[in-house]
Amino acid sequence: MSSEVLKKELATKTEELNAQVKQNISQVLSGDSHTLNFGPQHPSAHGVLRVVMELEGEVIKRATPHIGLLHRGTEKLLEHKAYHKGLPYFDRLDYASPMSEEHAYVLATEKLLRVDVPDRAKWIRVLFAEITRILNHLLNVTAMGLDCGAMTPALWAYEERERLMEFYEGVSGARFHANYFRHGGVAKDLPAGMEDKIGKWVQHFPKIVDDIEGLLTNNRIWKQRTVGIGVCTTEEALSWGFSGPCLRASGVPWDLRRSQPYDNYNKVEFQVPVARQGDSYDRYLIRIIEMRESAKIIEQCLNKMQPGAIKVENEKISPPKRKDMKHSMEALINHFKLYSGGFHVPAGTTYTAVESPKGEFGVYLVADGGTKPYRCKIRPTGFSHLQALGELSHRHMLADMVAIIGSMDLVFGEVDR
Amino acid sequence: MEHFFLHTMVGSIILIVLKVLAVLVPLLIGVAYLTWIERKVLAAIMLRKGPNVVGPFGLLQPFADAVKMIFKETIIPAKANRVLFFIAPILGFSLSMLAWAVIPANDGWAVANLNIGILYLLAISSVSIYATLLAGWGSNSKYALLGAMRAAAQMISYELAMGLVIASVLLLVGSANLNDIVLAQRHVWFFLPMFPMFIIFFISCLAETNRPPFDFAVGESELVAGFFAEYSSMAFGLFFLAEYGNMILMSAIISILFLGGWLPPLDYVPFTWIPGPFWLIIKILICLFCFIWVRSAFPRYRYDQLMRLGWKVFLPFTLAWVVLTAGFMMATGIGIYGGAA
Repeated sequence: MSSEVLKKELATKTEELNAQVKQNISQVLSGDSHTLNFGPQHPSAHGVLRVVMELEGEVIKRATPHIGLLHRGTEKLLEHKAYHKGLPYFDRLDYASPMSEEHAYVLATEKLLRVDVPDRAKWIRVLFAEITRILNHLLNVTAMGLDCGAMTPALWAYEERERLMEFYEGVSGARFHANYFRHGGVAKDLPAGMEDKIGKWVQHFPKIVDDIEGLLTNNRIWKQRTVGIGVCTTEEALSWGFSGPCLRASGVPWDLRRSQPYDNYNKVEFQVPVARQGDSYDRYLIRIIEMRESAKIIEQCLNKMQPGAIKVENEKISPPKRKDMKHSMEALINHFKLYSGGFHVPAGTTYTAVESPKGEFGVYLVADGGTKPYRCKIRPTGFSHLQALGELSHRHMLADMVAIIGSMDLVFGEVDR
Repeated sequence: MEHFFLHTMVGSIILIVLKVLAVLVPLLIGVAYLTWIERKVLAAIMLRKGPNVVGPFGLLQPFADAVKMIFKETIIPAKANRVLFFIAPILGFSLSMLAWAVIPANDGWAVANLNIGILYLLAISSVSIYATLLAGWGSNSKYALLGAMRAAAQMISYELAMGLVIASVLLLVGSANLNDIVLAQRHVWFFLPMFPMFIIFFISCLAETNRPPFDFAVGESELVAGFFAEYSSMAFGLFFLAEYGNMILMSAIISILFLGGWLPPLDYVPFTWIPGPFWLIIKILICLFCFIWVRSAFPRYRYDQLMRLGWKVFLPFTLAWVVLTAGFMMATGIGIYGGAA
């Protein structure tokens, strides 16, 4: 094709496009539609979501999510921090499920380091990953209720979240941004009595889920607000890149804990709930069932856990014991090297993903042999869910938008990174 | 003395003012403490403590809130219609107080013993929607406007059913005087023979007072605060007072129409010792508790769903009930021209 033909084609294409834009604008101006700015300070924006909506009365014609209001440059910051110093950033990505995010980073690094983590550390990580799942789902399910006007479940769930955060505090000293998992294990062993406490809590937890379900699951108003709202078919879910409960609600039995087990997930038994409709109600139900399954996993972890090491013995990766440092020169050198520089990770790349409470949370790590990641790309779960928001809310009402946002389980620390 | 109050101009005006104060002062205190009761009941249901810092059991909390409200800055949005913006809360509050004129606290104890008392109540409650509409329009904000639109759409859908429920009560009583309506329940309270109507009326009252699960006009999680999103300070406070005043008013109307007003549950000695007004207050409190209970237990409807409920369920059902009641009364002759049951 000659350049003139190309130019002509380009000119006609541009004209067509211009005409289309003009038509669109005139439609907006002549029609009854109006634009409404939803967020970022909206009570149901779940953080800092901003949606610009075009409404006909209260019917949504178009909804465009705007992101980036919580962008903190996490990925770039990670490139300037030694591996173990980058860990706390992961807590702050999805602040509703901190330890799961740590889990992905830790696993990715371990894969490049080619270390094998002691069994007890694996159990502790699985245990806390599941506690995190419950922590996240409690928040999401009841926040979705709150978005639809049901206040009480939220307060009941906060009572339980408080107890779970006490477990967080017990092991890591922090209620929220735990920074507990380590490359090659976990920071510290469980404190004395912690296993019993968790065991007791797990016994009574299903009753709490029953209570919350009692107010929502079979409530007619709740069903009217969520059934058939924001339906996502299997094909749509796959093409938008959904994962986690949102994908399983659309009928795809895909759970990374089952399909590519990490840590000790291959040694526990649990069900992967799948629903068919793909609406907000299904997404809610999946989360409720997952909480019950998580409680079962926690119980199994506590039963199967044996005393033992909680970190790899390799002193190039794990810090030496404090008492060794008093008389061993080796230990002192290792300690100095670790905390002034960090450990070296052999050059290589890996994409490692975990089933975080929200879905597939992945870390694409490029190491150049140094002590800092060359590149650390984070695959957030909420991002791909959020991009479907416009599709899912099409021709729904304003009040449904809130239910859909709630059912997607968005946290903007993670979406914006 | 009696001559001064009943037969001179000044005296009768003073008497009216005293009567009004006798209703309004307890009412405003009631409104203040209703907010406290609501917070305490909600807290108990949600396993919290509720207000417990200001005064014993947080009993001074309402006054602390009032002081805070009064000292806040009144913010007027730059593009608001200032006249409408200020008329709206005043209208809303005064209408919620005005309606109390016809509520009898005991046999004959009403500021105005109108023989069309129930129509007066309907008129007042229909006008009060203007407060919402004006607030939504005058604020010149999209969220407020959407809230006002919802309120208007909502009100048309439940007021018809509400009117028909009242009509069926009036059929049984044969009078529109609230005093007569209570007296007609001497033998059996109307909520027993007309249980479905009682339920429909209660639900309509929830909608009338903009209470959850029908609080679309406010719609916290969708419309931020709906029609009063732009209000602050005492202008906001007046809407708040109006809402709670309306809640007490609606509970009083439910008590009078269905729960026998000031009448004791049984006409025997331990019950008759308690004077009538106390029975009315107890019944109002029970209704208010249900209002609060519903708020804690249910999610919010979508406003088109309430319209569907109003037009497709309540309206046909209440219409059929009115026709059936009338037919039954014509066929059997029971209760025609009052003295039902």
